[in-house]
Amino acid sequence: MNNKIYCSPHIHGSETTGKIMFYVIFSLIPALFGSIYFFGFYVVKVILISIISSVLSELLFQILMKKEIRIYDGSAIITGILLAFVLPPRIPLWIVAIGGFLAIFLVKELFGGLGFNIFNPALTARAILLASYPVEMTKFTKPLDYSIDAITSATPLFIMKEKINEQLPSLWQMFIGNRSGCIGETSVLLLLLGAIFLLLKRVITWHIPVSYILTVAIFSLFTNENPAYQITSGGLILGAFFMATDYVTSPITKKGKIIFGIGCGIITFLIRRWGGYPEGVCYSILFMNTLVPLINKYTLPKKFGSKNE
Amino acid sequence: MFKGGVKLVDFKSLSKNEKIEEFKYPEKVIIPLSQHTGSPAKPIVKKGDYVVEGQVIGEISGFISSYIHSSISGKVIDVLPWNLPTGKKSLSVIIENDGERKSIDKTERNWLGLTSEEIINIVRENGIVGLGGAAFPSHVKLTIPPGKKAEYIILNGCECEPFLTCDYRVLREYTDEVIEGLQIICKATNVKKAFIGIEHNKIDLIPILNNAIRNLKIYIEIEIKILPEKYPQGSEKHLIKSILNKEVPSGGLPIDIGCIVFNVQTARAIKRAVCNGIPLTERVITCTGLVRKPKNLNVRIGTLISEILNYCDGELKYGRKIINGGPMMGIQIYSPEIPVIKGTSGILLLPEEKLPEKIQPCIRCGKCIDSCPMFLAPSEIGRYVEVEMFDKCENLNVFDCIECGCCSYVCPAKRPLVDFIKYAKFKLRKK
Repeated sequence: MNNKIYCSPHIHGSETTGKIMFYVIFSLIPALFGSIYFFGFYVVKVILISIISSVLSELLFQILMKKEIRIYDGSAIITGILLAFVLPPRIPLWIVAIGGFLAIFLVKELFGGLGFNIFNPALTARAILLASYPVEMTKFTKPLDYSIDAITSATPLFIMKEKINEQLPSLWQMFIGNRSGCIGETSVLLLLLGAIFLLLKRVITWHIPVSYILTVAIFSLFTNENPAYQITSGGLILGAFFMATDYVTSPITKKGKIIFGIGCGIITFLIRRWGGYPEGVCYSILFMNTLVPLINKYTLPKKFGSKNE
Repeated sequence: MFKGGVKLVDFKSLSKNEKIEEFKYPEKVIIPLSQHTGSPAKPIVKKGDYVVEGQVIGEISGFISSYIHSSISGKVIDVLPWNLPTGKKSLSVIIENDGERKSIDKTERNWLGLTSEEIINIVRENGIVGLGGAAFPSHVKLTIPPGKKAEYIILNGCECEPFLTCDYRVLREYTDEVIEGLQIICKATNVKKAFIGIEHNKIDLIPILNNAIRNLKIYIEIEIKILPEKYPQGSEKHLIKSILNKEVPSGGLPIDIGCIVFNVQTARAIKRAVCNGIPLTERVITCTGLVRKPKNLNVRIGTLISEILNYCDGELKYGRKIINGGPMMGIQIYSPEIPVIKGTSGILLLPEEKLPEKIQPCIRCGKCIDSCPMFLAPSEIGRYVEVEMFDKCENLNVFDCIECGCCSYVCPAKRPLVDFIKYAKFKLRKK
């Protein structure tokens, strides 16, 4: 009976951080296989390098800083997969390795590690890579062309924005993912499969994705864009369900999540419509990340019994 | 219905069908003089005195305080500080049983002829306190502060803590006494309308309650409310919210919105005191969990927990812990040589959980905020406690926390949020 004395409660729910991370990894697997189908075996290398680079960077930091080794919680693996998902299919592998290092070392661990980073690691790494290697980061290839020097092809957003003379994929092709784009962003169908799993497992709630996507759809309607294309193109589905819902960098209350989603939607739309880039999902989420502490501050629930005051 | 809270597996089937058993009069009892909320009772017996069952051994020491009675007859062998289940120490009277079972003279009364003041006085003199857990002196609750008016009495039969079944058994086996107690409470507070709130998992009580109400002479309006199974349904504030859809103001009491809530066992104790002249010297508890024979027992106050565990065949070994109360809000005790007191609703033998050695980081999932029935932000409070910024915790209304444990229960990182909150309150009170 020489036990430790514990504070109440003496029973706990079965949810653990590790389990949640596993669910997220699991939910990304359909899209992962989809990306291999659409862009060839090369993307396996990209994803693997990205994961390895992320996990090793975390290990390196934790050893250097003499912190508890927590690479087993799976969060670095998720960052690795998500980073690979937002890179072009024929990205040179050394750039991927740099990306993984930036995501974990610079964006996550230097801010205090799991639970303390302000920006989404994968998206910040992508933003830095895009600024550093603009040519490699904007070279998109034709889907189902498995050769290493596959024919380049403009993304649907680029076609729509610049009104260039190239055939826009059909909505069905957009939905299943048979279009050019980043590795993991193209297949709406497979991403939604994973998203439904996460919603059912209550890992994420509907608040951010629905408010985000609806905002983009509504603004598209008012400006005579085709909302269906706006939703299925670019990284909107990937961003709305898997990036914007990142616990650490999104608001903690439901009300805050809706504000966050609407903000992401507006900025995405503004960038797509008038910005210098054809796609705005990445920057919109990063921008809204900066507002999270503020949103949290003003959306904390009012305590029980404060109505009568 | 209240917002927040969690759904729990209730484990009540372990002891739900066990009839209340009379637990033996122990060889000795240890009766602490501070079993209730408020100031401790003053001892009026000394070593060597002879006391009988029901005799006052501790005198009330203020308005918010309570009388303490001997639960057996025998010789006082010592008066010394003893550990309470709450972790504190209290001066306690140790009485050795002489086996005579001598008792004070019990006066039978008809409550209908009594005035409100008389009832409150009887409740006070018989040491009745809330038997739900907090042990708040009942005479204080029954005394309506000037300027306030009680409109409803709510009888709390929710028993939302998993494992515990003692209130259920009392409602089932002593239905008449409970309802009679409820009527006495209504008479004392001059209330015409009462509710009995029970959780859906006790729906089989409905015909029994209805039957009792039909057969008894009823002077008030009694309405039975079936409430969904959701923890902490039995919290006073949330019970009122569910039944009347009113929120007790922050920092206020239920009487501020015209209600008073009593536990079912308290109602029964009030009935026994008023009608039969029996002071609060025993209570029904549930002993369950990893014990081989889970039981509902009627136990003398002051019986050692070790004796009860022994009786229910609960083996104490490494990796098991004893909880005084329910699993969500109960307190782990470090030794079984601690007595059952008025506020003890259950004794649980639970396995030690595999929790992380080090405090894990918050992943900011917000599940604690969604589950908090007081609409606080436990994750934020926890973060400030870790860096010892207690003033910030006060701004986040840490004192409104009822320590129900929902946040710790749902936290995927298994952060000790209730621990943090208790620590913050402690630090802030000390300032």
